[in-house]
Amino acid sequence: MPAPIIKVDAISKSFGAFKVLDGLSMQVMPGEKLALIGPSGSGKTTILRILMTLEKIDGGHIQVDGEQLYHMERNGQLQPADERHLAKMRQKIGMVFQLFNLFPHKCVMDNVTLAPMLTKGLARTAAEKRAMELLDMVGLADKAKAMPAQLSGGQKQRVAIARALALSPKIMLFDEVTSALDPELVEEVLNVMRKLAAETDMTMLLVTHEMGFAHDFADRVLFFDRGRIVEEGKPDEIFRHPKQERTQSFLKKIIAAGHRV
Amino acid sequence: MDWDWNFVREIMPTLIQGVKITILATVLGSILAAIVGLGIALARRSENRLVARSVGWFAEFIRGTPLLVQLYFIFYVLPDIGILLPPLVAGVIGLGLHYGTYTAEVYRAGIDNVPRGQWEAAKACNLSGRHTWTHIILPQAIPPMIPALANYFIAMFKETPLLSAITVLELMNQAKSVANTYYRYIEPMTLVGAFFLVISLCSVVLLRWLEHRYGRIER
Repeated sequence: MPAPIIKVDAISKSFGAFKVLDGLSMQVMPGEKLALIGPSGSGKTTILRILMTLEKIDGGHIQVDGEQLYHMERNGQLQPADERHLAKMRQKIGMVFQLFNLFPHKCVMDNVTLAPMLTKGLARTAAEKRAMELLDMVGLADKAKAMPAQLSGGQKQRVAIARALALSPKIMLFDEVTSALDPELVEEVLNVMRKLAAETDMTMLLVTHEMGFAHDFADRVLFFDRGRIVEEGKPDEIFRHPKQERTQSFLKKIIAAGHRV
Repeated sequence: MDWDWNFVREIMPTLIQGVKITILATVLGSILAAIVGLGIALARRSENRLVARSVGWFAEFIRGTPLLVQLYFIFYVLPDIGILLPPLVAGVIGLGLHYGTYTAEVYRAGIDNVPRGQWEAAKACNLSGRHTWTHIILPQAIPPMIPALANYFIAMFKETPLLSAITVLELMNQAKSVANTYYRYIEPMTLVGAFFLVISLCSVVLLRWLEHRYGRIER
């Protein structure tokens, strides 16, 4: 059995007096597709942001791809990681955001090529060749010269996926990537993610309210509540036969709100 | 008291010399203020508390004292410690430092207006701190603040007569000297006012254009 690619060990995180993560532990296997569900404020987005090093942790340890994320080993002791170590670890991880966060002053092509050219020293021609492949994969090869403001939400999000993929991460984090989209644009983004799952062996973690998609897409579903994982299992177990009372009431509310499971 | 066109013709070349120096001082002072302002704004965001604090106090100190006093210090006091500057250089440094503390606030607002998601996307793309500033944050922060910066530069332009106090031969100083030579004030002073008015009005037109061109950003 291979080693987990992500090992989260007793992570705690507070925002002021509010404890978002309370001794959270979890493991993710290489290539696994994981759906993180749960009510807002349950900590599911926070753990993605922590993995992307956008938030600092208060306590605990995280291992990514065999190395400590927030710590460095020096003289056999664990010390807080410096910026250089974090930069090295970030190469393994890519993230797609709810609000796309494209660089609005750069065209689609430059959004995708910027990071590979700056962080990996790729030549422009090589970076653009790779970018065109990725834009083709997300179905936007014809928009390479467009500015983000000229794109629909769904198109922006597909560019954001291409931008994250351009750095060839081993792990991709998707943070409610369809929540800000008009309903008719959701499917085009989900299709790209399905394609990505089918064509690559990338490890993918997604926080989502699209329960139907989570059911079809994920190998495993984690239900978060109050900073802990309350229940986890195969999509069928969680969605059809939830054991915990809190999981049941959450799914009932979600279905009542019109989400399809 | 009557207006003498012959006198106007006579003093015009001297005044135009002065206008050139005034414009030169404004342009150089603006460039310096733009650089100093950026430097202050970045230093105040430094993670090094000591740097952030001391630069903050320095800026407050400069802003809280009159430009004229600062000019006297730079030109007449610094030589006591061996720093002897030509008048124009001293004047440009005074203008640049003084207005730099104001443009720093413009930069601060411009930088704060860049959404947090841009910082996060830059981090997710693994850009270094320097690349995040140069490729992501500043290119978005600066265009919307160009009108506000230009406003300060126009204000600076109208304060350049203060440089006459440290012997810079700008417009006001030239006008004073011809006036004192011929004991006629009406023509030189009226012309000084007219020069400033014309250049300010032209600048305002330019400012409106800048506002139109850079004032908004599409997201």
